[in-house]
Formats: sequence, C-alpha cells, structure tokens
Amino acid sequence: MKQLPRLLMVAAALSLLALFVFPMWKIVLYAPQYPDGVEMHIWINKIGGNSPGTLQNVNILNHYVGMKYIEPDSIPELKYFQYVILVMVGLGLLAGFINRKGVFLAWSILLVVLCTLGMYDFYLWEYDYGHNLSDTAPIKIPGASFQPPLFGKKDILNFVAVSLPHIAGYFVGLSMLLGFGAWFLKNKNKKQHEKATVLAGRTAAYSMFA
Amino acid sequence: MKNHSKIRRVLLSLGLVLLAGIIYVGCSKQAATSTGALSGDEASQVYVKPGEYDEFYAFISGGFSGQLSVYGIPSGRLLKVIPVFSQDPEKGWGYNEETEPMLNTSYGFIPWDDSHHPELSQTNGETDGRWCFINGNNTPRIARIDLTTFETAEIIEIPNSGGNHSSPFTTENTEYVVAGTRFGVPFPQKDVAINSYAENFKGALTFISVDKESGRMEVAFQVLLPAFNYDLAHSGKGNSHGWTFFTSYNTELKSTLLEVNASQNDKDFIAAVNWKKAEEYLKAGKFKELPANYAHNVYDETSHVATSTMKDKVKVLIPEECPGLVYFLPTPKSPHGVDVDPTGEYIVGNGKLSADMSVHSFTKVLKAIENEAFETTIEGVPVLKYEEILAGVVEKPGLGPLHTEFDGKGNAYTTFFISSEVVKWKVGTWEVVDRAPCYYSVGHLMIPGGDSKKPDGKYLVALNKITKDRYLPTGPELTQSAQLYDISGDKMKLLLDFPTIGEPHYAQGIAASKIVPNSKKIYPIEENAHPYAAKGEKMAKVERRGNEVHVWMTMIRSHFAPDNIEGIKLGDRVYFHVTNLEQDWDTPHGFSVMGAENAELLIMPGQTETLLWIPQREGVFPFYCTDFCSALHQEMQGYARVSAANADVPLKWSLGEDEPVQ
Repeated sequence: MKQLPRLLMVAAALSLLALFVFPMWKIVLYAPQYPDGVEMHIWINKIGGNSPGTLQNVNILNHYVGMKYIEPDSIPELKYFQYVILVMVGLGLLAGFINRKGVFLAWSILLVVLCTLGMYDFYLWEYDYGHNLSDTAPIKIPGASFQPPLFGKKDILNFVAVSLPHIAGYFVGLSMLLGFGAWFLKNKNKKQHEKATVLAGRTAAYSMFA
Repeated sequence: MKNHSKIRRVLLSLGLVLLAGIIYVGCSKQAATSTGALSGDEASQVYVKPGEYDEFYAFISGGFSGQLSVYGIPSGRLLKVIPVFSQDPEKGWGYNEETEPMLNTSYGFIPWDDSHHPELSQTNGETDGRWCFINGNNTPRIARIDLTTFETAEIIEIPNSGGNHSSPFTTENTEYVVAGTRFGVPFPQKDVAINSYAENFKGALTFISVDKESGRMEVAFQVLLPAFNYDLAHSGKGNSHGWTFFTSYNTELKSTLLEVNASQNDKDFIAAVNWKKAEEYLKAGKFKELPANYAHNVYDETSHVATSTMKDKVKVLIPEECPGLVYFLPTPKSPHGVDVDPTGEYIVGNGKLSADMSVHSFTKVLKAIENEAFETTIEGVPVLKYEEILAGVVEKPGLGPLHTEFDGKGNAYTTFFISSEVVKWKVGTWEVVDRAPCYYSVGHLMIPGGDSKKPDGKYLVALNKITKDRYLPTGPELTQSAQLYDISGDKMKLLLDFPTIGEPHYAQGIAASKIVPNSKKIYPIEENAHPYAAKGEKMAKVERRGNEVHVWMTMIRSHFAPDNIEGIKLGDRVYFHVTNLEQDWDTPHGFSVMGAENAELLIMPGQTETLLWIPQREGVFPFYCTDFCSALHQEMQGYARVSAANADVPLKWSLGEDEPVQ
C-alpha cells in the first residue's frame, strides 16, 4: 500500500507507450456514398486509416476544393513528437524512482502542458488545411472553409466530420489521471504519516505521566 | 354423301377445339387463383428493402450467352454478369491483352461458348462459397470463377470430348469436377465415315482434379467408354462418396435422326464410376498415357495477367483393364438428370421419355456388384440387373422428367418439361405430394444447396425455357425466365418470376453469409505485379520499342497520367498499360480511345490492364474515362497525337503542363 503512488507513477509513464501501438486521434468523414466512413487515423509518428488507402482517399476528396495534399513527410511533428513522448516516459520512470510528491505533480503538469500544446498544434494544422486553398481548385465556394473540428462533429459540404480521440488518446488521458493520482495519494500518505507520528508522540507523552 | 361426312368431320373438330378452349380457360382461371395473385403476402416475401441485402446469391448460367449471371434471392435482382466463355466489351474481357489468353483453345481463340451448369465448390458435401465452376459445351471447357472477386480465374479445355454437357458437377470435397462427353467422337479424332459410329467412336468421362488451396485444375484422368451420349452427372455423397454417376442416351449408338433412333431402347444407362478405384489404378500405373492437345488458361490475380499453356498428354483408364472401375445401371428411358439425395443413398434417374421415374439404391448397387448380379457386360463394363438395384418408382408423376433437387426435409422436387410443372414427392415412399405449374417448359430447378448434403429448403427456382406471353413483348426474341417458389410449407407457392440473361440453364444458390465476408473491395496496389504496372504517377512514361509504343499510364480521380502523348506514328502498335491507382471501394475507371478496334478497358482499383491501339490515320485522337467516377469524371480525358510514319515528331508525354514531364 505504501508503494501504491510510486506504482501509479510508473503506470502513468508506461501508459504513454500506447502511443506507439495505437492511433491517438481519428477524424471520420461520413457521407451516404461512404457507408463505411472514411476514417483517418493520426498516430504519434504517422497518418493512417481504417484501410491502407485512407490517406489517398482523403486527399482525393480534398483536392476537389483545393485543399493541400496531406503528406506525412512534410509534417515535422510526426518525426519529433515521438521523442518527446519517449523523454516523458523516461522522466516518468525517473519520477517513480525519486518517489516524491512534488516530482509526481511536476511530471503530470508537464504532460498536461505538452498535450495542450499538441492540441493547439493540431488546430493550427487543421486551420491551415481548411483555409489555405489552391487558387486553381476545381470547386470554389466563396467564404467556405473546410477545417475539420478539433473535437466533436461538424458538417463540411456533403460530409459530416467527426473528430475524436482514438485508443492511444485515451491512454494519454489515463496517464494524466494516474500521474495526478500518484501525486494525490502520495500527498495523502504523507499527511497520514505525519499525523501518525504526532499521535505516537502524544501516546508516549501520556504514558510518561500515567 | 362425301360432302356430308366432310362437314361432319369439320364440325366435330371445331367442337373439339371449342371444348379444349373451354377446358384451357377453366384451367388457367384455376391456375390464376391457385397461384394467388391476390392473396397478398407474396410481394412482401420477395421485397428486399432498398439498401438491404438478399438472403441468397443465385448463380444462374447465361446458357448460350457463354456467361454467368448473379442474382439476389428472393428479390430476383440482377447483381452481375460475369463473362466466362464469351468476350464482353463492357469489361474488356477477352479483348484486353491480359484476358485474351483465357479464351485460347486447341482451336485457337474461341470467343463464345454455351455455358450450362454452374456448380459451387463443396467441403464435406456442403457449399463453401469459394469457387463456382461452369462448363462450356461447344468447345469442351470448364471454367472456375473465384468468388472473392467474381471473376473467371481459370479455364481448362477437355480433350477427346465433344459437347461437354455432363459437367462440371463436383465431388463432396471438390476433389474433382467432371466432364462427360455428350457426343461420341472418334478417339483419337480422325477422318472416318460418320456411319462407322459404333466401331470408331468413343465416349470419354474426364475427371479434373481441383487443388484444395488454389483451386487450380488439372485433367487427372479419362475413362474410355462406349460412345453413348453422356448427358448429366452428379457425384455421390456420404456412403456413395467416391462414386460419380453419369446418365446416358443413345445407347443405340446411332449417328443420325437421333430423336427417333436414340429413343428405341427401353432402358439406357447410368454409368457409375468408382473414382477412388480409379485413383488406385492410376497409382498402380494401370493407365495409358495418350497424346492429346488442350489449353489450360490461368488468370493470375496479382499480376492481373492470364497465361495459356498447351498440354499434350492425358492419362486414360480402360474398363476392360480396370475391373470394378465402372458399372452401368439400367434406367428407363433416355435419363436426363441424375440426382443424388442428401444422404447419398438414392440415385434418381430422370428418364425423360419414361412415364415413371426410377430411383436406385446405392446400398443395392453395392450388393448387386458383390453378388455379381450382372445382366451382361459391355466393353468390360458390367450391366447391373435393374430389379436388383431399384429402390422405388415414382409412378406417373408427370410428363418429361428432367431434374430433381432436394429440400433436406425428405422431399424431392422434379421438373417436368412437357407438362411444364414442378412436382414434389417424398423420398422413400415415392408418393407425389404437391405440384405447381411453370410458365413455361421448365428445364432445371435450383434449391440453394439442393444438390448438396445440406440443402437450404426455403426457396426453389424453376428455370424456364419459354416465356411467350409472360412479359411485355420485345419482338420475336423474348426473354427467358426464372420462377421463385416458397417451399417452406407443405404446398409450393409461386412468389415471383423474373427475366434472365441468355438461357438460364442451371443455377446454384448459396447463403449470402458464406460469400459476403470474403468479397474483395480492391486489389492492393503494392501487390500489383503486372510487368507494366505504374504504381504511382511518377512511374508514368512512354517508351518506343521499334514500332511498338508502350504507355505506362495511371488513372486516379480525375485524370490520366500522362494525358498528352505525342510522337506516335502511323504503323505503330500502341499498348496502353493503364493502372488504376485508386484504393477505395467501388472506384473503377474506364479507358477508351477513339478508333480502337477492340473494346474499352474497365479497370478495378489497384489493377493494370492493357489495350492495344493501332492508329489508322494521322491526327489527334481523344481518350477518356468511361465509368462515371467523380464530379470531374467528364474532365478525365486526354489526347494522343498520331504523325506520319516518316515524321520527326519526338516522343513526349505530359500531364498538366506544356513541357514534357520527363
């Protein structure tokens, strides 16, 4: 029981490794002639989908309105984000080793900050793809933008676009919970320990007077 | 006096005609009420809501169209026409360079055949949804259709055969499909007098082995028999697994006026071939290897290219040298279909000119063989005693029995061509329990799995030869039809009839759930091994090799790469190797070029196909996408420039720019 906060901290660090096993985000396009939906998967280091041809299919759809081709090679974040994550896993394990509540808290806050920055970055890319349209687009709709939603559902022309975390995204959320949980329990343990020490002191004092 | 008798005769015959008319009207009225046009719920039984799937696939042969059609049951909706033995300009099948070898035979390129019997592959006597085989009658062939792609994957020619009618009928685990020759032919083929039929002609029954994994067919062996006309076949199952039964007519061995001459014997034969015994004889080396000449054509799904190989040998087993290989079961009279019930015990001989139907017992057949209860022996084949093998007789069930299928609930259903009806009878008691009229002249019938060990006894499809007044007239040539009956109850109930392509000769049905999960949506582009595939626009190019110009072209919504080609000269042969780069479901593109003497290409996602174009004039000729692919489909077009033979226009190609992309 005493080791629980530390175990939670290690689990928080290791949860981030799910990012290398599952996609972290998905954007699904629904339209009548796409009964299965076009489901694009965003990984920590690549862009995929529910079929090998998904990215090509998304690009084909996008090109009618002059959106840029999504080329994973031209998105630097897909290269360096994975290292940020690996560093965070390392720091998390280190925090578990140090086993101090302040370190747990610091790591968890850092993870939240990084995720917020990541979502902001995601928003910027979405904005860029949605607004930065080619002058030679076959179909031009004055005033329209094709930015997918950051989170949730949005109508884009004939499609309904839904943007939601994928499995690894939930693991990141879990990682945050575990990190803060580790800090919280560590904090509680420490207070209980202090309380217990005080009580023990008092008992000793009483027995002296008895 | 003379005049009087004439008038009387005329009056009498008029009276008879009138009487016949009254009876006819009475009957047809009765028929109309009994088919229940107004009883209401037939419509809902065949109604499949928009967007929903049918419960069964029906593979209905295209008969003399040489094709195979795919329908949904119970709706009767046409889903696909698969070109098999016939060129199909819609799909470029048999026209493009890749599939042309599929129609190669020992007679050269034969772009047509008469396809009669679809037969689904089976595992443990049950349809497994892997392949559909179908026979080509005219230039004897068997084709295998892959049911993941619904494309013809293989065609093998049958040597020493004429009229491949008793085919392809599978064995219980698709060990073999068979091919019995309908016409006796000189063996080997040679120039002899036709009336030397009895001495020079033979009938070969061919067993084609099917590879368990790949489905690849090989001519395993032939059994050489007297030149009877081997009409239909079915293999045993359960206890009778290891045997295949072939009906025959013309045991009279005649070569002219067969409608009379081949209808004289009281009984013809069902040839029962013990193919497990044949395997033993083959192993023991008791075969003759004889020269033959036949084509084996295989379509490779990854290279998207077919190859045709000529074979020059065949193993032949001769009954005189292989005792126990074949027995003749006497069966009245010119039996057409031979159908084995789901247990494998009963062999139904549909004696088409007989008043009754004879059913043989497999147990009795084995016993007769054991007791050597032979009437006689013909060319080394013992003829079993009819009385010894008979299980029972269905008495006076109708006129002209052709084919029988089973519902798995102890009932058999037989079609009667002349009396134009389906008759339901009980296996074992041989009593007729129901009958339903067909419109008109039914040939085969089909119950999904009805010739397997596990029939789905819910629907019956009657395949009619004649429609007359059933549909809006379309000039002298009318459609043929299939009729759907509900057979789930005691009485058959007509639900629907629908027009079909060609002649719906025979059909096979299967639960959709056995096929749908395996149906391919695309061909993965990275697996494309076509020698001229361009697996990305960067690989698009044009190359000259002497007077051949090869174009590596790609297509994706909504352009070709390249779409401007110059430097082609008169006298060139231009090969457009076109790769569809799409990887999405249902995104084929078409390719057609002005003045092409063959057809279009219809290219599935991830596939490469080649169209040969021999320009005939100088000028600039458009090409375009024919399959409506996207909002910019109409813009999916390009030009090929053709210059004089001695012009010095350099070879160049481009997409989206004035300068060549090189």
